[in-house]
Amino acid sequence: MSRRKAYYANKIKRAVHVLFYRKHRKPGVKGWELRKALGSDYPKVLKVLNKHLKPFDLQVKTVFEGEKPPEKPTLDQLNKARFCITLRGELTPKEAKMMGWRIDDLAGLAVTIAYIISKRGKATRKEVEELLRNKLPGWKVGINVDRYIRYGYLMEDENEQLYLDWRTHTEVDQKALIDLVLSTET
Amino acid sequence: MQPKKTRTKLGREKLQRIIDMCESVEERSLDPFLLDVDEVISVIKEYFPEWELPEDLCLDAETIHHLASVIKLQSEWVEHRSTSLYTDPFLLEEKLTRISKEDIVNIFVKAWHPTVELEQISIHSLAEAIKYWKSLLPLNERWNELSPEEIEIGLATREELISQRILGDTVFSEELEKFWHKLKGEVEEKGEDGKIRYWNFIGGETYEETVHKAFMTSFLVTYGYATLEIYPLEEEMFIKPYEKLLTKIGEKQLVSIPIAITAEDWMKWKRGELSE
Repeated sequence: MSRRKAYYANKIKRAVHVLFYRKHRKPGVKGWELRKALGSDYPKVLKVLNKHLKPFDLQVKTVFEGEKPPEKPTLDQLNKARFCITLRGELTPKEAKMMGWRIDDLAGLAVTIAYIISKRGKATRKEVEELLRNKLPGWKVGINVDRYIRYGYLMEDENEQLYLDWRTHTEVDQKALIDLVLSTET
Repeated sequence: MQPKKTRTKLGREKLQRIIDMCESVEERSLDPFLLDVDEVISVIKEYFPEWELPEDLCLDAETIHHLASVIKLQSEWVEHRSTSLYTDPFLLEEKLTRISKEDIVNIFVKAWHPTVELEQISIHSLAEAIKYWKSLLPLNERWNELSPEEIEIGLATREELISQRILGDTVFSEELEKFWHKLKGEVEEKGEDGKIRYWNFIGGETYEETVHKAFMTSFLVTYGYATLEIYPLEEEMFIKPYEKLLTKIGEKQLVSIPIAITAEDWMKWKRGELSE
């Protein structure tokens, strides 16, 4: 193995350790942490790792600060961004069930996220709960919303307004979700 | 022409109304274009020469601050509408209410890429744990340090228990009977069909009072002075006093009904959200 290859192989190993194992309350690490652990060429290391992860249907996901991801991120933007490993492709509903999600809870999450997106990223808890009550038993609605907040999909402010939180920004392709909902025949 | 005092008063009222409207746009996510910015600016301009007191100037500044927030919301609104994520919320809401659970799950899994994360002990954390364990004192040594003072055990008199508010100053059964009569009175006064909504009966001015009334009510039901009627689908609960004390409670299968009396529920009741 050439010295250069060995150098990157070692860095990729380190990147896997840092990215796969949870260090903080939230999964993933900030760019500056990766720079500290892997050196200033960490974007290149992540690019190679991403390539290696492809056959396993995984990817390195970059979540930038702010709503819109920059087209050509600067090093400063990368340092402030959060990196984590997510599934590259799609799950089947059966697989989602195996991950501990009941169909009702997942449907509720999907409806909540889609609704908040349509309301420009902010909706009152009351109106979200009313919408969920159409399909879910009343006693379960509040519990589910609390659960989505606990998992990091939503956050709630002191005025009982719900917003999309870090996990939605990381895991959900919001545009694809809205397009799919709108193109479904009901 | 209006006298200066009346005009100043009117100006203050107008500015306050503008602030309230701006706040409702900001807080309730209303359409920010509901506010006619030009008109608001003309009102602010019209009354600005009247302001002499610092309070009035502060009100003027606050109005401009809120107006600026609404203008910012208008700009975000336009920006959002021009993005590919914009969809008519009514159209989407309509779709979301019609779509079946199975369909929405099938859609969601196509747009969902869950995070992969592992939680596992590492050699480093094991080493840290061993270090901690070594420095940890045995339990009996730690408990010795915190051994509480020995207190002599004695008998408390009824008066002492009353002064410590553990017991009330009337015999419990008397207190319960009084409470039963109170329930009957309230049912006659405010109830319907010989019953009253549970929260309307137990709700008090303070949370402590509410908890006390709920506590007493639980004894009324247990001892056969009253019964609970629960309608789970409507999420309604009533308390119905018996005319006479029911002594043959044991003939029926008894069930325990836990009712949480949280401070949040009490606040909701105070705001009139629980008695609807």
